[in-house]
Amino acid sequence: MPEAMPHRAAIWNFLFGRLSLDSLPFLQPDLEGRIVLVTLIVVLIGGLAILGFVTKKRLWGYLWHEWFTSVDHKKLGIMYMILATVMLLRGFSDAIMMRAQQAVAFGPHMGYLPPEHYDQIFSAHGSIMIFFVGMAYITGLMNFAMPLQIGSRDVAFPFLNNLSFWFTFWGSILFMVSLFIGDFSTAGWLAYPPISELQQGPGVDYYIWGLQLAGVGTLLTGVNFVATIVKMRAPGMSLMKMPVFSWTTLCTSGLIIATFPVLTATLFLLSLDRYLGTHFFTSGFGGNIMMYINLIWVWGHPEVYILILPLFGVYSEIVPTFSGKPLFGYSSMVYATVAIMIMSYLVWLHHFFTMGSGADVNSFFSLTTMMISIPTGVKIFNWLFTMYRGRVRFTVPMLWTMGFLFTFTIGGMTGVMLSVAPADFLLHNSLFLIAHFHNVIIGGTVFGVFAAVNYWFPKAFGFKLDEFWGKVSFWCWQIGFWVAFGPLYILGLMGVTRRLSHFDNPALQPYFVVAAFGAFLIAIGILAFVIQIGISIKRREAYAVGNDPWNGRTLEWATSSPPPDYNFAFIPNVHERDAWTDMKKHGYQRPMEGFNTIHMPKNTAAGAIIGVLSFACCFGLVWYIWWLAVVSFVGVIAVAIAHTFNYHRDYHIPADEVRKIEHTNSWQPDTAEVRA
Amino acid sequence: MNHPSASGHDTPAGHGDDALHVHQGSLRGYLTGFVLAAILTVIPFWLVMGHVLSSPWLTISIVLLFAIAQILVHIIYFLHLDVHSEDGWNMLAFIFTIVLVVIVLGASIWVMYNENTNMMPMSPQYHHHTE
Repeated sequence: MPEAMPHRAAIWNFLFGRLSLDSLPFLQPDLEGRIVLVTLIVVLIGGLAILGFVTKKRLWGYLWHEWFTSVDHKKLGIMYMILATVMLLRGFSDAIMMRAQQAVAFGPHMGYLPPEHYDQIFSAHGSIMIFFVGMAYITGLMNFAMPLQIGSRDVAFPFLNNLSFWFTFWGSILFMVSLFIGDFSTAGWLAYPPISELQQGPGVDYYIWGLQLAGVGTLLTGVNFVATIVKMRAPGMSLMKMPVFSWTTLCTSGLIIATFPVLTATLFLLSLDRYLGTHFFTSGFGGNIMMYINLIWVWGHPEVYILILPLFGVYSEIVPTFSGKPLFGYSSMVYATVAIMIMSYLVWLHHFFTMGSGADVNSFFSLTTMMISIPTGVKIFNWLFTMYRGRVRFTVPMLWTMGFLFTFTIGGMTGVMLSVAPADFLLHNSLFLIAHFHNVIIGGTVFGVFAAVNYWFPKAFGFKLDEFWGKVSFWCWQIGFWVAFGPLYILGLMGVTRRLSHFDNPALQPYFVVAAFGAFLIAIGILAFVIQIGISIKRREAYAVGNDPWNGRTLEWATSSPPPDYNFAFIPNVHERDAWTDMKKHGYQRPMEGFNTIHMPKNTAAGAIIGVLSFACCFGLVWYIWWLAVVSFVGVIAVAIAHTFNYHRDYHIPADEVRKIEHTNSWQPDTAEVRA
Repeated sequence: MNHPSASGHDTPAGHGDDALHVHQGSLRGYLTGFVLAAILTVIPFWLVMGHVLSSPWLTISIVLLFAIAQILVHIIYFLHLDVHSEDGWNMLAFIFTIVLVVIVLGASIWVMYNENTNMMPMSPQYHHHTE
């Protein structure tokens, strides 16, 4: 329910809503204020340096025309990856602050973070890592690779793709703004009531509107990808000849379409409770808190499969490529993916076994949870059998994949332990649970993202990533993960619950110190990744590659690196699975003459403008600046309608120009040693 | 559908946009849909606001049936979908949707019923409300 506005003249309350100088935490004289002030100064210096650099190099026009307004799926994919990496740094700084606090806050020492601040940090860490790191990474990968894999020129709705990106981007900016203007939710990453209903101030509202923006963006992406895969596959590519990564993209998009409306509706009901005083999720007046928890997990459980399925696809591309063999059990891989997609709807109650559903309900969801590990096990064995008797090349993507197989399998087994309802009564809400889901999300999703970045980077930019720093990054992450989360498994079994900012029992401290050291190792891993990118850009001449540096098997390797705007001068005809391997086997010669004009979508500014306006609308809603919310919402609708009258949405690349591009693009044969 | 999708026009198979032209609505179709949708909206409002039936459960059941009919009217007259179009993809999408709706609604009702039965009332107001 809306609380009282600040005491001041009505005109100020009209202009600025409940926003006042008191809402700026960095002006407060306490420790928390100091921490935020230092962060603000660092962000300002960094931000000004970037802005200055862009202005000095006169890059604004280039960025606007070539990137911000671009409808090219490859560029949008790369922008998603950059966004996710920046947000990874933000989310990880939250993580390291929590590890540092828990390592020191024992007995008389209260640590350096007051509980109120600590609660905001774990809430921000969780929601940022899921929505703006995990989701942004997988959307970026699917955007970049899927249309190339199915031999298409772009996605089905290129403008919508651009719009989705800007929704996600401005959602993340709303989260970042909460750091310096106002505060953030203290209600955890899923904003359980009653805390999310009762917390005063803008924190939960930042959470709600940030997620609403990102959620709409994700939903539109899901629609876009399903339409693309259903309608725009290259001729001859039947569903069962489609690369597994495209299959997992299809299933993930199906899950997105089916579940994200549930998230939107649930958060909408929560905002009605907060803004209009309704009682959907209160404990009185006919409301029901348990209904929120039920609804949010109807979305939340499929969401974790949304986060992992595309990476299962990535591993299914990397393992055959670097084992020099076709994927073992392609059909079983596809059916396992579809089975996971359906079954992920049947397990959500395992997140609240302890809420009192009774034995029959709990047994049902316990069994379905155990059963969903079967198709996942099928996949693990398929990857192992693909490597078996293959000529495995231990490149960086392959290292990440093997690290995944080891780490994720253990995480999956602790998940089966948690699925036993009586055991869950002991482990629920404990650090064992925290260790489990970091085990599968880091071991599955994050490792997969790094594998995919190392695998597809040469395709996106035309040069490889540095091997040495890639290996440093991998080993720091792999060892750091176990050092950081091994102690949490043990602590969880000892009964330590999550989300505590202070402990009384000094016997626990050594475990937390070890965990903090693990987080430090992971920090080195992240640093090594940044160095890897930097060094590779510097040495891009030496690391330059042709179209097919890994001896790939799927269609994305059948075009130049980086691919031209139109992806393929001629859409390939597909006869077999692993279409590019098949083309190479039959002595494919790249056509150099006889090009046609190519029909392409045109860039448009509408997505970027709608994004800015929707951010203004949500910011107005957070701070009760109603005029801003109304004006910018009307603006969003107006721009969207105006865009439907934009008839200059496509253009043709003349055959001559295609010929010119095809003759200049890098397509040298890759050296034998790279292929060996 | 002149959307500027990049493929379709140039691919040798020429697949892509053609299927979208099949189900274009007519004015007659839209009007039929509009009238049906209006009727299906007015009757539930009348049932609830006029306290026509004595049993609330009967009212709820009838309103739910009207809601299902409303969905069908929208699908047929406004979205122009049927089970045969798009090489069976529509049918598949319908089946997927129905499976999920049944799972989500059915299991949610089951779960919430059990929790309401097993857990103690949370406050006097809650108790008062359910009586």
